[in-house]
Amino acid sequence: MSAHLAAYATSTGEAVQFWVLGTVAVIGALCTILMRRAVHSALCLAGTMIILAVFYLANGAYFLGVVQIVVYTGAIMMLFLFVVMLVGVTAADSLKETIKGQRWWAVACGLGFGILLSAGIGNASLTEFAGLGAANGARGGNVEGLAALIFTKYVFAFEITGALLITASVGAMVLTHRERTERARTQRELAEQRVREGKHVPPLPAPGVYARHNAVDVPGLLPDGTPAELTVMGTLRKRGQIRDVSAEAMADLKALEQRSEERLGRDRDARDQDAFGRDRDEEEANR
Amino acid sequence: MNPVNYLYLSALLFTIGAAGVLIRRNAIVVFMCVELMLNACNLAFVTFSRMHGNLDGQIVAFFTMVVAAAEVVVGLAIIVSVFRARHSASVDDASLMKL
Repeated sequence: MSAHLAAYATSTGEAVQFWVLGTVAVIGALCTILMRRAVHSALCLAGTMIILAVFYLANGAYFLGVVQIVVYTGAIMMLFLFVVMLVGVTAADSLKETIKGQRWWAVACGLGFGILLSAGIGNASLTEFAGLGAANGARGGNVEGLAALIFTKYVFAFEITGALLITASVGAMVLTHRERTERARTQRELAEQRVREGKHVPPLPAPGVYARHNAVDVPGLLPDGTPAELTVMGTLRKRGQIRDVSAEAMADLKALEQRSEERLGRDRDARDQDAFGRDRDEEEANR
Repeated sequence: MNPVNYLYLSALLFTIGAAGVLIRRNAIVVFMCVELMLNACNLAFVTFSRMHGNLDGQIVAFFTMVVAAAEVVVGLAIIVSVFRARHSASVDDASLMKL
């Protein structure tokens, strides 16, 4: 593949690879901007980047292909996932538009821009492809060729890159570091503060644990059947992961009341015995 | 197949990334779209390198990767500190520089 990259047309194998993987790459890119959850976007983008790595390899850029996988999908996308975990996985994007018609204008601008770019590429005379066979083979390989360029012609840019990386890592540490300005309060001080404020002195009530599962996410029910938010831990409350079974419980209660009413109504209504029995059988079957 | 198709794919990916930056409002997803645009540029550089038969295009793509790594580190740190300050990663909420 690298020895004589054709001047005008690629091999059939590369064409098949391009059309198959290119389609997947575009689908991955579209999913990146269309998925509502940031985690799904990140995974779709990782897939697109791996396919781009394959394209680099197919284009004779062996070093960049490997670096793409190691640096982009290995380090950068994992950093993205890490931050998504920090910021909250379940927080889906709101779909409410703050600027009216912004989405359609954005799509229109994108279409226009894409057409402009494609027309520019189409108008350029890009028929002659020299191929990388000679360049890669000049010093015995792709990596050796890149090294020869980086450490001679581009050595100044390379050293500035080092300074940039140092600055970026120091900047990230400064930005995310939080100095603790006050001493952490002890348990005793917290208890005293609770009493002084007088808002909620005793421990918080336990969640409504039902027999169906180990349900710390099910709120306990108040006497009137409404869920008590206070019984579920704050993290679950904030994430909106409270499993509300109060509606089911109320429906069960209503069905029970209705059944008992029917049973009691047997005396009032002049229904004959076997008709009631049939009703009860049907109820049993329905349940 | 003409290798120019790589350039068309690169333009398409860049356009999708640019539209994503305009459409999405979660700061992290906006950032991912910027990464997608950078990757599309890299693909164009690698294709140009093949077209001209020298390795300078790959060097530029390599430098782009390094700068992208630095940019991601600083950008994600900013997003984390903004999220700490206002408990939201939406770019609409951060319309003011102060709290």
